[in-house]
Amino acid sequence: MPVLGALPLLAGCDLVVLDPAGDVARQQGDLIVISTVLMLLIIVPVMALTIFFAWRYRAANKEATYKPDWDHSTQLELVIWSAPLLIIICLGALTWVATHLLDPYRPLARTGPGQTIAADVQPLEVNVVALDWKWLFIYPEQGVATVNELAVPVNRPLRFRISSASVMNSFYVPALAGQIYAMPGMETKLHGVFDRTGTYQGFSANYSGAGFSNMRFKVKSLPAGEFDTWVAEAKASAGGDLDRMAYLKLEKPSEKEPVRRFAAVDPQLFDAVVNMCVEPGKMCMHDMMSIDTKGGAGIAGIGNVRAIAYDKYAARGSADMAKWSIRYVAALCSSPVMSNDRPDAKRVNPAPLKGEGLPYPNQAPARTALNAITPRPMS
Amino acid sequence: MTPHPAPEAGPFLGKLSFDALPFHEPILIVTFAVVVLGAIGVVGAITKFRLWGYLWNDWFTTVDHKRIGIMYMILGLIMFLRGFADAIMMRLQQVWAFNGSEGYLNAHHYDQIFTAHGVIMIFFVAMPFITGLMNYIVPLQIGARDVSFPFLNNFSFWMTAAGAALTMISLFVGEYAQTGWLAYPPLSGIAYSPSVGVDYYIWGLQIAGVGTTLSGINLIVTILKLRAPGMGLMKMPVFTWTSLCSNILIVASFPILTATLTLLALDRYVGTNFFTNDFGGSPMMYVNLIWIWGHPEVYILILPLFGVFSEVTSTFSGKKLFGYTSMVYATVCITILSYLVWLHHFFTMGSGASVNSFFGITTMVISIPTGAKLFNWLFTMYRGRIRFELPMMWTIAFMLTFVVGGMTGVLLAVPPADFVLHNSLFLIAHFHNVIIGGVLFGLFAAINYWWPKAFGFKLDVFWGKISFWCWVVGFWLAFMPLYVLGLMGVTRRMRVFDDPSLQIWFAIAALGALVIAAGIGAMLVQFAVSIWKRKELIDESGDPWNGRTLEWATSSPPPDYNFAFTPVIHDLDAWYDMKKRNHDRPVAGFRDIHMPSNTGTGIILSGFCLVMGFALVWHIWWLAALSFAAAIFGAIWHTFNYKRDFHIPAATVIEVESARTRQLAAGA
Repeated sequence: MPVLGALPLLAGCDLVVLDPAGDVARQQGDLIVISTVLMLLIIVPVMALTIFFAWRYRAANKEATYKPDWDHSTQLELVIWSAPLLIIICLGALTWVATHLLDPYRPLARTGPGQTIAADVQPLEVNVVALDWKWLFIYPEQGVATVNELAVPVNRPLRFRISSASVMNSFYVPALAGQIYAMPGMETKLHGVFDRTGTYQGFSANYSGAGFSNMRFKVKSLPAGEFDTWVAEAKASAGGDLDRMAYLKLEKPSEKEPVRRFAAVDPQLFDAVVNMCVEPGKMCMHDMMSIDTKGGAGIAGIGNVRAIAYDKYAARGSADMAKWSIRYVAALCSSPVMSNDRPDAKRVNPAPLKGEGLPYPNQAPARTALNAITPRPMS
Repeated sequence: MTPHPAPEAGPFLGKLSFDALPFHEPILIVTFAVVVLGAIGVVGAITKFRLWGYLWNDWFTTVDHKRIGIMYMILGLIMFLRGFADAIMMRLQQVWAFNGSEGYLNAHHYDQIFTAHGVIMIFFVAMPFITGLMNYIVPLQIGARDVSFPFLNNFSFWMTAAGAALTMISLFVGEYAQTGWLAYPPLSGIAYSPSVGVDYYIWGLQIAGVGTTLSGINLIVTILKLRAPGMGLMKMPVFTWTSLCSNILIVASFPILTATLTLLALDRYVGTNFFTNDFGGSPMMYVNLIWIWGHPEVYILILPLFGVFSEVTSTFSGKKLFGYTSMVYATVCITILSYLVWLHHFFTMGSGASVNSFFGITTMVISIPTGAKLFNWLFTMYRGRIRFELPMMWTIAFMLTFVVGGMTGVLLAVPPADFVLHNSLFLIAHFHNVIIGGVLFGLFAAINYWWPKAFGFKLDVFWGKISFWCWVVGFWLAFMPLYVLGLMGVTRRMRVFDDPSLQIWFAIAALGALVIAAGIGAMLVQFAVSIWKRKELIDESGDPWNGRTLEWATSSPPPDYNFAFTPVIHDLDAWYDMKKRNHDRPVAGFRDIHMPSNTGTGIILSGFCLVMGFALVWHIWWLAALSFAAAIFGAIWHTFNYKRDFHIPAATVIEVESARTRQLAAGA
């Protein structure tokens, strides 16, 4: 069997999915092993029986019993249906529990086996934006941002809020935790923690166009002190500020972007990205939705559509072909967009807006870009 | 790379211009030259040997389910060679593009190749193969003279062929989609895929989809209405049962695909916003819709082959199928459950844990009836007399390969495991494991099993065995490394790599692909050698394997009318039962047989649809409107064709049947 021949090779390679550097990914890897073993309980006998029966009842073997009309046995049928059923009951139970425990939206309860997280430990929040074709990481707490480099402190729970600027991608750091899609106009979440320091690979796991192959970034898991140094370096870097104009420039399609650090970042940039209103004069989705809940802008709203002026799509070749169909809804009043929304933020019911599933018991809904902002009254 | 400036659409040729021809791609120029030379050769040969009339009268316009079945198989085989060429190119690129090398394909070309590979292998290889198989075998197994709607059958075939042709045209005129085989928006929307590739994708599938849906309806009606007297549902051969379920799935799911692609087309053509980012569009809705079609689709492909394995195992074990009833119930369970699992293709989209668990568990539940089927085959072999002819060898290979694919499939159904394996090469390995190990191995079993029925001589065993071993070894070599790479966190659709330690695995996979290529070559040689040696391999009896179902009761190849008298069925394995009871073949009392007439309408209407698809792709509005009108009026015109049937005179039937009597006597 070629499989067996390849075994020595296996020893030399880095099976990161089975040997990751974080608690979540490790549990996911273990689950792969446990499920496989559970299924082998039935697969191996089936394969062995196949070979055995094929050999035993070969036509040349005249000594074997031959019963051409035997076609039914209630006992055997019971075994045939119940053996897989039992395996699936076990696996199903395991799946139910593991899926809930390892739900990427669920805040972490531990950083490793037996290491529960103290109630006062706040996870480090990182906002992730998939751009054409690079990754933007915004650290709201630290006020810095990077391109194609993710540095995080080891053993501190991480909370990612993920979105995309153009098409669907998937944010995946195999050493840390499973992947989750990054989708434009939507926010997904992921929790994870590193329990080892080191440099790991991160990438997009969902094809997103010509530059997809090079949408890779280094993930540095650093000791706490070194992380602070890293932040200080980022703050002192000459990368400048990541304000909206800088973002719009950055957003244009490009490949193989070098690592870049921004010393400061517009604190509302990520929310604007999720609401697809970084461009000046474009209405934010949450505004649109709140207007729509109140009955919409009526006939006046029809005229409030502008032809695209900003050539975000140009590098994909669409500027000429599709300009007639790419339009946007203009902002109704405020400029700059969302300047004063945050301080008196009041929660709206996010249930219809996001696909997070059931809320966790005794827990207020997490703040997301879609529920953070008070619906603005119509002027 | 810089995109080509988009030409302004003109009124006469739309977006089509000289720039659409890919003169900048040397690979395509060479391919084009080879295709043109090949076409000149074929057309020349047909003309030289004066075969046009024969082809037109006996094949293109035929309504005989057997000939249409064979045409489907030929279409599948041709497209298979194209799809496999794509696979080899991908393997070569991925083993090449290391250590800073860009390989030999740029993104524009490579991204089209993996898209085309997926689309072609599913829609224009697997689908024609299984449709052709069902077309040929089902009417024979149920004792019918043809399908219920013979003209519709011809039309369905040509629509499928037109869809395939449109997809092939994209190779030389314009480009194909660069989106992956399911064309997720917003990437496939006009904003991010402004060129014609996605339009070729949409119209190719829409045209072929008409054919698939109509053929599904046709076969359902055939199975439900044309069974020989005495054949109750629970006396139907298992292959017919699985075909019935597969066609029910086709009819229930292909309209979803049609609707989804229509919405995508509206987004692209008239500026609607179903799946765009802005204006309340939701790409997530597309992903859901496409998989509500897409998951049943994989069962559409595998179910008929489950039927093949049942027939083959029973025949070559010389034994009744173990647990026929539970086999039927298992098939029906799978049919129903296949609609309840679609979300497992995107656990990573961020549904809640309860939703993900639900779909994960329903997916696992499917493995119970599937497991029951495997055990049934196993216990059919138990206490049998197994003859290791080629179909049985493929079946054993299937059983050993498919369980591994099934296991990795259940593994991927565990959502937290899927989070780390989704979109990885592990996933690629998994579905190739079930599609090659299940669908293709099943097709090869079926081709070796029923070839003598279709042509009157067996396939050569020597080359068949070479092909078998190359395929089996090649498969394991090509896809086991992908499982490993998946566990190393390597994702699919990558064009270049930066980690040199991965290269060895891609090299093994490429080697495996070459071994598979040898298997394909050996199979083509097998066909050629068998045709060459057809006199030696001849089967006079019509029943070379000591078969059990009704198709073996008639001559090989069967006469146009299949059965001179419609047989009456008393037991499950009808032909085995007849042989056991020493039935007498009727030799007198023949009457005129009512048969459908050939018609060229199917190929002509499909030709109009092909032109319409091409015109829509290139925004040649006048031509699209004209060809659409022509197709509609052609269909209406055809309804006034009253010369649609004829009678085979009793004298001819007597002649054919007497020849058969002499043949049987000479053989005995």
